[in-house]
Amino acid sequence: MTAINQTRGPGAPVSKGLLRPVLVSAVLFMGVTGLAYPLLTTGIAQMLFPDQSRGSLIERDGAPIGSAVIGQDFTKPQYFHPRPSATTGADPASSSQTIAQPYNAALSAGSNYGPTNKKLIDQVRARAQAYRTENGLAANSPVPVDAVTASASGLDPDISLANALAQAERVGRARGMPSLSVKALIGHESTPLQLGMLGEPRVNVLKLNLALDALAAQRPAQ
Amino acid sequence: MLNDLVQSALFLVAMTALAVLMGKWLTRVFMRKHHGLPERWTYGLLGIDPAEAMSWKRYGMALVLSNAPMILLGYFLLRIQDWLPFDSLLRAAQTPDLAFNTAASFVTNTNWQSYSGENSLSNFSQMAAITFLMVVSAATGVAACGGFIRGLSRRSTQDIGNYWVDFTRVVYRVLLPVCLLLALVYVWQGIPQTLSSEAVATTLEGVKQHIVMGPVASLESIKHIGTDGGGFFGMNSAHPFENPTPFTNTLHMLSMLLIPAALTYTFGSMLLRRRQGWAFFGAFVVMFIGFLAIVYSAEQHGNPLFTPLGVDQQQSTLQAGGNMEGKELRFGIGQTSLFVAVTTAGTTGSVNAMHDSLTPLGGLVPIAEMMLNNVFGGDGVGFINLITFAILTLFLLGMMIGRTPEFLGKKIEAREMKLVMLAVLAHPLCILAFTALAVSVPGTTDALNNSGPHGFSEVLYAYTSATANNGSAFGGLSTNTPFFNTTIGLAMLFGRFFTLLPMLAVAGALAAKKTTPEGLGTLPTATPLFTGLLVFVVVLVGGLTFFPALALGPIVEQLMLSSSHLF
Repeated sequence: MTAINQTRGPGAPVSKGLLRPVLVSAVLFMGVTGLAYPLLTTGIAQMLFPDQSRGSLIERDGAPIGSAVIGQDFTKPQYFHPRPSATTGADPASSSQTIAQPYNAALSAGSNYGPTNKKLIDQVRARAQAYRTENGLAANSPVPVDAVTASASGLDPDISLANALAQAERVGRARGMPSLSVKALIGHESTPLQLGMLGEPRVNVLKLNLALDALAAQRPAQ
Repeated sequence: MLNDLVQSALFLVAMTALAVLMGKWLTRVFMRKHHGLPERWTYGLLGIDPAEAMSWKRYGMALVLSNAPMILLGYFLLRIQDWLPFDSLLRAAQTPDLAFNTAASFVTNTNWQSYSGENSLSNFSQMAAITFLMVVSAATGVAACGGFIRGLSRRSTQDIGNYWVDFTRVVYRVLLPVCLLLALVYVWQGIPQTLSSEAVATTLEGVKQHIVMGPVASLESIKHIGTDGGGFFGMNSAHPFENPTPFTNTLHMLSMLLIPAALTYTFGSMLLRRRQGWAFFGAFVVMFIGFLAIVYSAEQHGNPLFTPLGVDQQQSTLQAGGNMEGKELRFGIGQTSLFVAVTTAGTTGSVNAMHDSLTPLGGLVPIAEMMLNNVFGGDGVGFINLITFAILTLFLLGMMIGRTPEFLGKKIEAREMKLVMLAVLAHPLCILAFTALAVSVPGTTDALNNSGPHGFSEVLYAYTSATANNGSAFGGLSTNTPFFNTTIGLAMLFGRFFTLLPMLAVAGALAAKKTTPEGLGTLPTATPLFTGLLVFVVVLVGGLTFFPALALGPIVEQLMLSSSHLF
């Protein structure tokens, strides 16, 4: 009495007639979902958002200097420094070895150290000491946690306001700028909560450093 | 703290509202008789009759068989990657065991990755192999759930619907339109969508930075809508190109729970038992909030070993504070904890923080959610798992009050209970047996990134994630070895099909039964009391099964952390 038998004939095995749809569906849906869908998305996205679809690149004097959403490494005293990064890269001395290469945007990585891992605690201790020395802080002064911990991607573009303010004195000294105007710049460049409530207040390090350079270009060196 | 609470509360409200909208839409997708033009073309190409009614056996057979050439096609494309043109970075083909692992992983909707996308896959593979498998595996799960619900809603019939129709409609009417729209929002927020493989920048300090990119947005949207979870990049949704803003993070989380939550509403609509749908939705939400509270408080409290080093982990107006190792600043603790709870609830398995670096109790939450496997659960299968436990709960209650258990007006008898127990037991057996095997083979210690109890947690996490078809990882474990690739690949296949197929059989058996009118002795299942009992049984069975394993990993690590013991 059931419709099943009417369609497939009485007593037909359950797999009867499945070969063609099984084989065709794999190829057909590969074409539709694996090629047509992403290519159509690419076409529309590049029309509507030409900048973001190509990686939100920032150019200065016609040459790309980085992406607005990807962090990059800064070590010079006149720049704000980003969070520690656990990314690695090929050792230029020997291609089979990898060495620490912070902010390698070709291979994202976190440390994946667990909270009781001795290597993590040793790293954090060393980073906290280096941070205090670099920024002229007292030996026991508190250090913002984001300044001594590696981000998940190794490409975190942001630092906390606490971290930026703790670096302001040093950056001002290196640039011959009053630290008050550096701090004002941090406030000006900081990213507010999205839609007034999402995420955390923060500063994009690359944008902040670009603003510093732009400010310096406006005021000829004294 | 207050803002974190507001974000979480608004998230739950938005999630519920979207569940109703999508639930109504899915009901139409499963119930409407009319076939659209592209669908009729597809049926023509497949050579199938959309009017054919399938028994659960034929439905399940079509499901399993259609997945087979998809695995093979994915495997093949990954193996010949280096012969295909257009990859300016000349990325090598995957090895046989890695390609098996990847194909099995994506076809089972697990998305475990033993590789880092940016140095292992060409843009062609990311689209034709990965994006393709992400869409079809999600469609498989949702279709299975459609057949399952139809089985529960019918009486005295063999017919649970037509697999090809369900599958095609889910792809054309749900996944592709939603993903295309979402991908465009993602690009607006800063996710790249391009066919070029990289940009080379010279940084302000004069260093060359190679920035890898590709068609990320189209992968990212199906990754979450489909509860797939495999990242374009190694660091997944922590990578700024996969998740550039708190807004994309919020959309990711809403996408992950969209279909799993909506299916409770669809169930209520298709069975004309709305209250029952909400009772199940309530069970999901209660467990979810409990887990979220644990992970948030553990992570915001921070790592006590940092305090003596003079590290400030206090939340203030100037910083989010908390345990920031392996986390991204733009998400802070609030959006990260929510993501951890959502991604392991929805069995998506994408991560926006490194779970390996979570505090012990924070890390216990994702493991426990995957062990229970039905706090929302993946597209389709999570709901099926919850029904498994609903039937088990009724059986236990029936034993206590001395009545034959009934569910949705159908008597639950020995055959159904055997199938339910098969589904309930396959999951822990697979997790615990493979974990035991892995920790007893000699090579495993070399693969660990952390020693002591945290190292054990890495292995336990891997097999739990694989069996639950989640795909997230304690990422320190180096799993790209023939042993891990093979055993994790098998765990994914067992975990997928040994819970899905028995439950399709249950649906088939229930569809064939007559409905008996509810009597005085019928236990009502659409009440808060039943929701409470259901949650209790889920937690009790999960706890009894997994507590010894958890005690060896996160629990002992938490005790060691309190006594400042390092490894």
